[in-house]
Amino acid sequence: MKNIIFSLFLTLPLLLSAQTDEEKGAQIVAAAIEADRGFGSSTVDLKMVLKNKNGQISERTLSNKTLELDEDGDKSMIVFTSPKDIKGTSTLTFTHKVGADDQWLFLPSIQRTKRISSSNKSGPFVGSEFAYEDLSSVELEKNTYKFLKQEGDLLYVEQDPVDPKSGYKKRIAVYNKAKDYRLEEIEFYDRKGALLKTLTYTDYKLYKDKFWRANKFEMVNHQSKKETLLFFNNYNFEVNLKEGDFTEIALRRASN
Amino acid sequence: MNQLKKSFAEKWGSFVVRHKWIVLLVSVVLAMGLASQGKMEFDGDYHVFFSESNPELEAFDGLQEKYSKVDNILIVLAPENKEIFTKDNLIAIEALTAEAWNTPYSSRVDALTNYQHTRAEGDDLYVEDLSYMSENLTEEKISEIKAIALKEPVLVSRLINEEGSVTAINITVRLPGIDSATEIPEIMGATRGMIASFKEKYPQFDVYVSGNVPLNTAFFESSQNDLALIGMMFMIVVAVTLLLTRNIFATIATLVVVMFSIMSAFGFIGLSGIKLTPPSSVFPTMILTLAVADSIHILVTMLQKFRKEGYGKKEAIIESLRLNFMPVFITSLTTVIGFLTLNFGEVPPFWHLGNITAFGMTMALLYSSTTLPALMAIFPLWKKTKKSEIKPQPSLYTKLGNFVVDRPLQLTIISSVFIFGMAILALQNVFNDQFVNYFDKTVKFRTDSDFINDNLTGIYNAEFSIGSGESGGINNPIYLEKLDAFEKWLYEQEEVVHVNSFAEVTKKVNKSMHGDDTSFYNVPTNRQEAAQYLLLYELSLPFGLDLNNQINVDKSETRMTVTLKNVGSKRMLDFTRRAERWLEDNTPDYMNAIAVSPTVMFAKLGFRQAESMLKGNIIALLLISIVLMIALKSLKMGALSLIPNLTPVIVGFGFWMLYLGEINQGMVVVFGMTLGIIVDDTVHFMSKFLRARRELNYDAKDSVIYAFETVGRALVITTLILVTGFVVLSSSPFALNSYMARITVVIITAALIIDFILLPSILVLAYKKTTTIN
Repeated sequence: MKNIIFSLFLTLPLLLSAQTDEEKGAQIVAAAIEADRGFGSSTVDLKMVLKNKNGQISERTLSNKTLELDEDGDKSMIVFTSPKDIKGTSTLTFTHKVGADDQWLFLPSIQRTKRISSSNKSGPFVGSEFAYEDLSSVELEKNTYKFLKQEGDLLYVEQDPVDPKSGYKKRIAVYNKAKDYRLEEIEFYDRKGALLKTLTYTDYKLYKDKFWRANKFEMVNHQSKKETLLFFNNYNFEVNLKEGDFTEIALRRASN
Repeated sequence: MNQLKKSFAEKWGSFVVRHKWIVLLVSVVLAMGLASQGKMEFDGDYHVFFSESNPELEAFDGLQEKYSKVDNILIVLAPENKEIFTKDNLIAIEALTAEAWNTPYSSRVDALTNYQHTRAEGDDLYVEDLSYMSENLTEEKISEIKAIALKEPVLVSRLINEEGSVTAINITVRLPGIDSATEIPEIMGATRGMIASFKEKYPQFDVYVSGNVPLNTAFFESSQNDLALIGMMFMIVVAVTLLLTRNIFATIATLVVVMFSIMSAFGFIGLSGIKLTPPSSVFPTMILTLAVADSIHILVTMLQKFRKEGYGKKEAIIESLRLNFMPVFITSLTTVIGFLTLNFGEVPPFWHLGNITAFGMTMALLYSSTTLPALMAIFPLWKKTKKSEIKPQPSLYTKLGNFVVDRPLQLTIISSVFIFGMAILALQNVFNDQFVNYFDKTVKFRTDSDFINDNLTGIYNAEFSIGSGESGGINNPIYLEKLDAFEKWLYEQEEVVHVNSFAEVTKKVNKSMHGDDTSFYNVPTNRQEAAQYLLLYELSLPFGLDLNNQINVDKSETRMTVTLKNVGSKRMLDFTRRAERWLEDNTPDYMNAIAVSPTVMFAKLGFRQAESMLKGNIIALLLISIVLMIALKSLKMGALSLIPNLTPVIVGFGFWMLYLGEINQGMVVVFGMTLGIIVDDTVHFMSKFLRARRELNYDAKDSVIYAFETVGRALVITTLILVTGFVVLSSSPFALNSYMARITVVIITAALIIDFILLPSILVLAYKKTTTIN
């Protein structure tokens, strides 16, 4: 109930336009975050397909667990299931609303967990066109915003990363107002302001009547002409994960 | 036949004179019409030197497709205090590095300060900039950074020199490749602006710039520069024409003819969609040089008939056309054939040069036989009262003729020995296509590159894409060990400055995974371990500094970049063959790789060009000899003409051995090109010789003297004009053009001397017997 009031409070002003574009942008993003609030935890299997300019392909598969947290950013765990050489390698990430995220990696070959200094999270994720920062949970505090335009139900919001180590100067995200502010597309602009990548979300499904999840992410790098596809399978919102499932010990266990 | 041709030339002449205004109007419309289609576009991308089917280009493109297609700008900083590792200098480097990310189309910036240093602290792995927020550095931290940097094999001799006094920032750009004429200047403009404001803020640095993008810029700028040589040539043409004709209207008419020819060639460029490159941008000077000779021949005869032989103006024009039409037609035809053979070569800019000039020359023939007489018919012409023409001129040529016919055997032997000696010398020339050396020391790109080469790293490189035989196989310890062994072998080669190998990355991470224990600076010994370390390392890298430029998508191949010393194309190719051989002998088949890079492409280009031009040259020689046989109506003369046509090139390259001894791909084309030009001398001389024998029944000796008297002066004049034109071109700072022009000067001069000494001697010897029989 409190949530509904909160979201009303946030979305109502959208109808009025006596506000700056900055406020309006922030409110759209807040509305999107709010609409996705309350899923608790989920698991999903992913297939990642990397393609270069010539259409040569490379695949990786992984599974992901996410725990929603209100007071701070989400916690997540990724376990690689293929290729063979990195099977069982897993990462644990605590997203923070402010400051650098915490990240650990468990390496089954040496049975050791290593902490990664994750001030660098702008690099490509396992050689793909996704940066780690593209995949981590959306936190309002990580950007400044600016509403750009509305086309039908689509709202265009510019997001400027606060982190100086981000690989981007800005992103232009497209939210679908008619579908609970789900994301339809994001354009990424590099540090010099040139269009770098476009991420398109397709095959959306509605889970638990509330949570929109795209089953396919398509990231195209316009500069290198490479692309990466992410296919999501077996979404499960009934797993009831706890904080105890996101510890270093759990990380080690998860790899088997 | 002869009668028919003559009457054709006469008819043509009368027609032009009668319809002078219409002829003029039509030629103006034609020249303007063609010029309106003209387009002056430049292409400075070094790729233009390679045809699409060039195997080295294909191999290099193949490698770039696997990783990422890249060009670069290397900015080198040399601080006055010769010490990179001070707080102020590190702050400056960090600032410039940050600024460099704003370079248009940049995808990556590698510098000393943002080098991703890996270190371990307990179970924490830190991958971070070597010098971040340098303003907060303590003295202690600075010396720590220095110690790390000067021990890091990835950095030393690549981004920092061994002494720590010179450093580099390498900006990688991804050119969209849609229009190099806008992309490259855009990048260079931004880079120059950035450097200018950097120098203003940090005056303690000397800045040097090299790399592919500046190379392309240098190509652009040299195209524009060489195009401008036309201005100097125009002034010379005006002076020469004035001197030879002593008539302002004749000079104007000549200028109109050459301008129309150039305008038409300009239209041809637009219609055929050619983009100008340094070799093809000399076309106006070429056309000017070659076309002016046609006009001068026609004008000089005309004025002589008018001034001295009492012809009326119209009659003088018609008579001049009658006498000159055939020689001018033949010389134009052979020149066109010569230039068209450039199409046999491997290097597209020279195809363009050949085709543009061939078209321009065809049009020059047309204009000098139409516009020129029409204009002269229109312009007023006064008979000068003072007949001040000096007569003794011919006696010089008569003397020379007498000198030659008195000792033909002696001269033939001396010449033959000389030419034989030159031939031996000519074969000692070696190919050297080092693209930096294409520019002389007046070009900043050259001096900057030389500095970088002498003080930091190498400008030339060779790259290998080394496969592991399977997906993910780059983590196979056997592969990594072989890779490491190859790197070690490479460092033992004296041509090698630096090796950038993936093996270094695995060693570095392996060390950090073992608490920075240097005894673990080895390639990992377990495949899973290597793969997982790599995953960890990749997760730790920031934007733009990933490994995608070193590892392919499939993790089945890695790229090894070997930086080479400035040792000349021949030794570089020798090195690549040894390296390829080492891989064959010491690694499994799937690890065998060939060396690719622009360096290798250019190094092999001279050989390819020579190989492919050989066929073109033989065809040119055959075609031109056939033209000569038909024109001279003599098989024997056609065969004899081979000697004066072939030997000047031999002499040219012989001289070159004494002058430089190094030849580039641009010089390979001179044979076909000069053949079409020097054959003119032979044609003129032989035809006069034949006329004396056939029409005047002279014996061989008298025929030679007759030839000297009638065409001696004309040959000297054309040679002078041609030499002047090519001397102008040889002032180009761009070696493909200046070397070509310089050797052409030697060849053309040699041709004249051979035509005055060896050719008449041979003619006397060859026709001695037939005379007695007659």
